[in-house]
Amino acid sequence: MARKTDLLPGTLDMLILKTLSRVPLHGYGIALSIKSASDDVLTVEEGSLYPALQRLLLQGWVKAEWKITETNRRARYYTLTAAGQKQLSHELSQFDQMIVAITRVLQDA
Amino acid sequence: MNAIARLFRKLGFLTGREKFDADLEEEMRFHHEQQARELEADGMTREAAQHAARRQFGNDTRIHEQSREVVSFRAESVVQDSRFALRQLRKNPGFAITAVLMLTLGIAACVALFAFVDSALIKPLPYKDPSRLVGVYESVQVFPRSNLSWEDYRDWKKMQKVYSSFDVWTGAGFLLNTPSGVQPAMGARVSAGFFSTLGVRPILGRDFRPGEDSAAKPRTALITYATWQQRFAGRRDVVGQSVTLDGTPTTIIGVLPREFHFAPRGPADFWLPIQELNGCEKRRGCHNLYGVARLKDGVSVATALADMKSIAAQLEKQYPDTNRGQRAAVVSLTEAIVGDVRPLFLVLFSGAALLLLIACVNVSNLLLVRAENRRREMAVRGALGASRGRLVLQFFIESFVLVVAGGVLGLAAAYATMRLLLRLIPSDLLDYVPYLQGMSFNPRVLGFAGLVALLAVGIFSLAPSLRLSPSNLRSDLAEGGRGSAGTVWRRFGSNLVVLELAIAVVLLAGAGLITRSFYHLLHVELGFAPDHLATLEVAASGKAYEKPEQQVLLARQIVTTVKTLPGVQSAAISTRLPISGNGNTTWIRILGHPYNGEHNEVNEREVGSEYFATIKSRIVNGRYFTETDDASRPKVLIINQALAKKFFPGEDPIGKKIGDTSLSPDSMREIVGVVDDIREGGLNEEIWPAVYHPFNQDPDNYLTIVARTSQAEQAVLPGLVAGIHKVDPNIGTRNPLTMVQIINNSPTAYIQCTAAWLVGGFAVLALVLGVVGLYGVIAYSVSQRTREIGVRMALGAQKSSVYQLILKEAGVLTVLGVVAGLACAIGAAAFMGKLLFGVRSWDIPTLASVALLLGLSALVASFIPARRAASVNPVEALRAE
Repeated sequence: MARKTDLLPGTLDMLILKTLSRVPLHGYGIALSIKSASDDVLTVEEGSLYPALQRLLLQGWVKAEWKITETNRRARYYTLTAAGQKQLSHELSQFDQMIVAITRVLQDA
Repeated sequence: MNAIARLFRKLGFLTGREKFDADLEEEMRFHHEQQARELEADGMTREAAQHAARRQFGNDTRIHEQSREVVSFRAESVVQDSRFALRQLRKNPGFAITAVLMLTLGIAACVALFAFVDSALIKPLPYKDPSRLVGVYESVQVFPRSNLSWEDYRDWKKMQKVYSSFDVWTGAGFLLNTPSGVQPAMGARVSAGFFSTLGVRPILGRDFRPGEDSAAKPRTALITYATWQQRFAGRRDVVGQSVTLDGTPTTIIGVLPREFHFAPRGPADFWLPIQELNGCEKRRGCHNLYGVARLKDGVSVATALADMKSIAAQLEKQYPDTNRGQRAAVVSLTEAIVGDVRPLFLVLFSGAALLLLIACVNVSNLLLVRAENRRREMAVRGALGASRGRLVLQFFIESFVLVVAGGVLGLAAAYATMRLLLRLIPSDLLDYVPYLQGMSFNPRVLGFAGLVALLAVGIFSLAPSLRLSPSNLRSDLAEGGRGSAGTVWRRFGSNLVVLELAIAVVLLAGAGLITRSFYHLLHVELGFAPDHLATLEVAASGKAYEKPEQQVLLARQIVTTVKTLPGVQSAAISTRLPISGNGNTTWIRILGHPYNGEHNEVNEREVGSEYFATIKSRIVNGRYFTETDDASRPKVLIINQALAKKFFPGEDPIGKKIGDTSLSPDSMREIVGVVDDIREGGLNEEIWPAVYHPFNQDPDNYLTIVARTSQAEQAVLPGLVAGIHKVDPNIGTRNPLTMVQIINNSPTAYIQCTAAWLVGGFAVLALVLGVVGLYGVIAYSVSQRTREIGVRMALGAQKSSVYQLILKEAGVLTVLGVVAGLACAIGAAAFMGKLLFGVRSWDIPTLASVALLLGLSALVASFIPARRAASVNPVEALRAE
């Protein structure tokens, strides 16, 4: 099994929100999407994914509904809400600032 | 806004919890299946793929729990855990009941005694700014805090620069005319500013006005709240009413607040200003007043003392005759009021705290043992996804449930104990500790109880949680909880027993010392036979008993009447009973001895002719008084042996003459007898030199009758009162008591008796708890070592060596406990020093018997499990595993 790279702490919520901003997905789809989008570098543990989804639901940043998949199975699809969109852009801008800051530190060194 | 929306969403999840769980379940199942399908597509077999998916996914239940924790309230899991805790406790009632009972016991004792300590030592006195109040005294060698004389007070007040106000009070007894005859009433006489110095305001009427303490002013009185309620039915028109005290009309001008008390006076219903000076107050050399003063801002007690001392020194120079050796003493009023009971209360409270500690240690030990037995349960719950926090929370909640149960029961028991202890204090003694009546479950006491409970919960949940580290859980799961006794328990639990035993030793030693001291006290040489003595105080006032001849006649009538009462063998009178305290002193000077002005302070008592014979005091030299030693004959006196030894060493005192400091002719008396030392003062006090005057030469309208009875003295008391009233119904009587009661209720005896009983009770409980604790530890250790013992026996170990093995384990713990305990006990006894009489803190017999008692009890406690160990059937023990 490929070596897992740990996520930067606090970025899971942002990654999920970003993923959902493109298209509504079920939990497995989210995990898959993050994995492939990162060229298999980032693996989302199921153990963090589902609690995180509950957290986002609770905050009202995503909503969930049961739909039928292409393979004719029932699955819970998560959709980004307007509040979630706002939160995403907020988190992205914060993340950018952070990256810029970290890069600067590393360049100086 | 956001928070509210979140709350509603949360509530939504919770109300549809079944749905939430089902959804999550299905969602995760879907995830598994998708993963398995993908792996299968990569060429794995179906089963292998499913297995791999499951493995990759991790612990479902754990994820489920975590997801749920996100949405659930903390309280929900607390409720769940509490329910679980209760279920656990109900499943194991023996454990639960034992633990709750122990906690109840400890908490009840500790909280009840804290309430006593609080009411006496912590709760501020019911005066304004009580920390600025001081008691002011004169001081002589034999009396570090003695009374002021009126003249001295006037001078001190004029010369002092340290007080914003300075007043005096003195106790007084009155005869009150009531519709049902004359009744004695207790009271006090005070200078007019007394209550304003204390900062106490009448709730009804007014305080004394400045200058109202003058003989020219009409007689007025303030009454206490209790008197108002009892004698005047709480009627508001009591102010302005007139009562007759000692035959003089007196106007009630006010009612003191309910919470007012003044412990130094003891019982007092009527408070009058000092108006007409009595005989004593007219003389500078006669001391009968106590000072109370309020310090000026920024003045310390020490500064005040220095000021008083310099004034006393000045007066000493000015009036060498009366003021020689009269120094000053100033202490904070709080110290004056509760200083005497502080050591008692602190000792009792420490005893109770130790008892609570033992109870807590016992319960933690039980919990530890239980935690050992639940290692597997915890390991399994951990493996099934319970987080460490959740497991710790479980222990916390279990201890919380125990402590709440113990705490509630403990508070109820504490309340009952407080009431009971308060009821056990004789009412005439309670007047001297009035602050105890204010004892209640106030916020301080409840706060203390809460603190105790909190600490207990902390201790109880900490110990078992310590071993919940992940590695421990893993090995517990592997061992299946069947390993030898857990190391934590071995290291911790058994040492706790040493602590318990040590505490038991401290309490036992304390109880032993106090009991021995009490025994010494009760067997102190009294100088008279206290059994079969009935006593009664008699006060006769008014014109009929003003003249000495009338008083002599009255005394004669009283004695004659009492002698005719059934069951009375002989009767006599005295002005002051033995044991009631040193004091009532006079200064003597011996004719023909060198004298340089020193004050030879000796007790002075006036006694009837048959007094010594009645109380069975031996005359060692000379003669008793006779009825004819009266005003018509030369004045005589009898001295005690202490006086003879001190002032007539190597001389025969009979026939010598004693007078006052100036040997004034009127004061001269001839010694006619020497009597055995009668213990006039407290049981623990030294014998003072004393002189006894014949009552007939020095009569009084206030006297005490003493009757020796042939039957139970208690039964004679009512007849005594009735007999006196036959002589004259207008005579007041007070305190019908047997001499044994007087001795037992004397403050020293009472304090020692209470301390002996309470500390003794604590010690017995501590012994039981400690020994039960030891039994528990050994029994548990045996149960854990059954297999080991089985192996040993299978390999040929004898029963005796198994006994040895177990008894040695118990023996080491006991010896450690006893040694540590004895060391602490000696230290603790030093702390009790003030309470002990005739016993040293390292009293060998006491300590040795304590060690022996504990050793024997420990032997019995460990013998039972040892027997069980020795009767282990090796075959069964080995097969059982």
